[in-house]
Amino acid sequence: MLRFALGSLLAFAGLAQAANELRFTLRSEPKTFNPLMVEDESSETIRYLTGGVLIRLNRYTQELEGELASKWKVLENGRRIDFELRPNVHFSDGTPFSCDDVVFTMERLMDPSLHSPVGDSFRSAPGAVEAKCVSPISASVRFPAPVAALALQFDQVAILSAHSLHKEAAVLGPFMFGDYKPGALLVLERNPNYWKKDSNGRRLPYLDSIRLEIQSNRELELLRFRRGELDVVNKLDPDMFDRLSSEMPHNVVDAGPSLDSELVFFNQVASAPLPAYKLHWFQSAAFRRAISDAIHRDDLVRIVYKGHARAAAGPVSSANKFWLNAALKPALYSEQVALDELQRDGFHRSGDTLMDRDGHRVEFSMITNAGNRVHERMLTLIQQDLGKLGIQLNVLTLDFPSLIERITRTYNYESVLMALTNVGLDPNDQMNVWLSSAQTHQWNPNQKTPETPWEAEIDRLMQAQAASQTAAQRKVSFDKVQQIVADQAPMIFLVNPNALSAVSPNLKNVTPGLLRPQIYWNVDRLYLGSGYVSQK
Amino acid sequence: MSRAQKLAIAVLAAVTIASLAAGWIAPSYSAQFRESISAPPSAKFPLGTDELGRDRFARLLYGTRVSLLLAPAAALLSTLIAALLGGTAGYLGGRWDRLVASGIDLFLSLPWLFLLMAVRALMPLNTSPVASVILTFLLLGCLGWASPARIVRAGTRTLASSDYLLQARAEGVAPARLFWNHLLPNLKPILAAQFWISVPVFILSEANLSLLGLGVAEPLPSWGAMLRDLENYSAVLQNPWMLAPAVLLVAVVSCLKLLLRSEDPLPC
Repeated sequence: MLRFALGSLLAFAGLAQAANELRFTLRSEPKTFNPLMVEDESSETIRYLTGGVLIRLNRYTQELEGELASKWKVLENGRRIDFELRPNVHFSDGTPFSCDDVVFTMERLMDPSLHSPVGDSFRSAPGAVEAKCVSPISASVRFPAPVAALALQFDQVAILSAHSLHKEAAVLGPFMFGDYKPGALLVLERNPNYWKKDSNGRRLPYLDSIRLEIQSNRELELLRFRRGELDVVNKLDPDMFDRLSSEMPHNVVDAGPSLDSELVFFNQVASAPLPAYKLHWFQSAAFRRAISDAIHRDDLVRIVYKGHARAAAGPVSSANKFWLNAALKPALYSEQVALDELQRDGFHRSGDTLMDRDGHRVEFSMITNAGNRVHERMLTLIQQDLGKLGIQLNVLTLDFPSLIERITRTYNYESVLMALTNVGLDPNDQMNVWLSSAQTHQWNPNQKTPETPWEAEIDRLMQAQAASQTAAQRKVSFDKVQQIVADQAPMIFLVNPNALSAVSPNLKNVTPGLLRPQIYWNVDRLYLGSGYVSQK
Repeated sequence: MSRAQKLAIAVLAAVTIASLAAGWIAPSYSAQFRESISAPPSAKFPLGTDELGRDRFARLLYGTRVSLLLAPAAALLSTLIAALLGGTAGYLGGRWDRLVASGIDLFLSLPWLFLLMAVRALMPLNTSPVASVILTFLLLGCLGWASPARIVRAGTRTLASSDYLLQARAEGVAPARLFWNHLLPNLKPILAAQFWISVPVFILSEANLSLLGLGVAEPLPSWGAMLRDLENYSAVLQNPWMLAPAVLLVAVVSCLKLLLRSEDPLPC
């Protein structure tokens, strides 16, 4: 009787969770399962785990590697790319993979009626994209104009099936869709037809399944990790990391500075509902540089990030080894340098207060998202730093939708502290920030023509780097962009937070990378404990 | 008045006096001693320092001042509105009564938190921390009248149909005199009870708002803002002095509740 009860219990436990199953959380519901329409982080995670791509950026070495394409060649100055495809590859439903699928995917991707955000990065000029089969195992794609970093862009393009009966379910990645309970969980199962094998000839992936629970509460996520109910926690904040590292020192990973930045920018929109004298301060490069010099970045790193961050020198994190302009150094905190700069710009001290040339007291507000302890602490430190110059900084925490409304629609803000999340290494990924015409050129978006000479120069350099075909030429242009950003300080880059994660010691083959997804970038080679041998 | 209630009054008086004397006892609540972050208690910092190196004791005293002075002010405001609307509705009856009753139902059904968030989002950009905290409590006071108003209305209706009021009316006493001289004095215990009930409610409401980062603006301290540190429970276990604001909050709210149980007239 007892044996029966135990057996039933174990069977039930087995149903609830497979033995060789990786478990982690998605912070929000995926907005789409269409790999061509991915915009949010959760959907991107699903695409990474299920999608097969022609070329993959190795998140550890930061180099391109052939996946479904065994070879590729960029021709005609980046206007054309030829792929040699791997033979004998099958979709998860058994349909053979061929050049038809590449052509079908490119046609869907570039279909103007689809409005694919992934396709946008290929649209270098108006005109049709021509994708054709050269042979069953080779394909060629030709664009109307050169596309910068053309091969790298294919890292985001999951190949769809042209011939499967259930196209949306047929995938070429290591995992395929299993169970899905909206708002609760998504189970991905091992793709039995995944093309990759290990050095012993064993078909990958090693894991049987991945259980993704939708959980936005970080404390709950951490609690479940502690209880052993989750194997990975990504993007820990410094508090959580330190807490966990004191309890489970072998389960935490600090992979070093990430690509993300914490930054401050001032509202420079001419039509913003701000007093003219304030707009004048914010449009002054000397004022912005002085603010940058007055912020003690090392204290932000030491006190707010507990040492798990690096002072930022500019828009490119030190994690981005190739594109970083190494000549730039983080602004050194100096109250005197900041004050001198302000005095040259017509500001003066009157007692403990800083005044502008017209006698206005220097007082402005800085908004940030409510509930973000890291941002709130940073603001409190900045408040005291600027107070030493005689600047009154008023802190305003807003719920996130209100904050976005202010900085993107009403422009009713003075300055903002926020995070800039970088998902790619290439400068083209930042095009939407630096081009003056861009919607996310945050300090003064949607300019019809560049309003300042230095923004015009940035536009020119960004377009020049996009059109250049050698990486060295592109780097020269992008280095200049970084230098202008450092000189003009339209965005004051403060710190690059480290990529902090928690990983169960039971998860094997983990080699944390700096690029997303840091822990499971090599998901096809991960396994749990003895799960390596338990694959179905 | 029982001995426990006398003790409660003494505790509340001591806490209030200490918070009012904060300027002399612990001069600065906002100074950051960045080389002494998360320091343990010492002669210089009796309750240690917080994660930004600020004196926890000074912040507790100033935070007490904010929470303990502004919560009664907000409670007074809400009770006055409740008295005005609930009292007149119960006394006059008819359309006005129906209108007020509908208003009470509407206010009780409003999601406070979202309303407060919306108002916070509409606040002027350069609102000083002091103005922000006053505005927060003002809002709490303006939004918190509905529940007491319902009780005041019910109490007034009972009083309005009482024999002595009927007799006064029969003797031709003017309605205004009837209201001020006969009705209001008899409503006093109900209003006092509503006031003392509202004080801890508003203290806790501010604490809840601060927990969401929407309460008192930095660098001004409040109990709620200080309670946010307790999220880091492992730090609390290692540094139990971090519990001081929670202990004080529980003590003050318990004292207020204890006073409410009094069978004697409440201090009002």
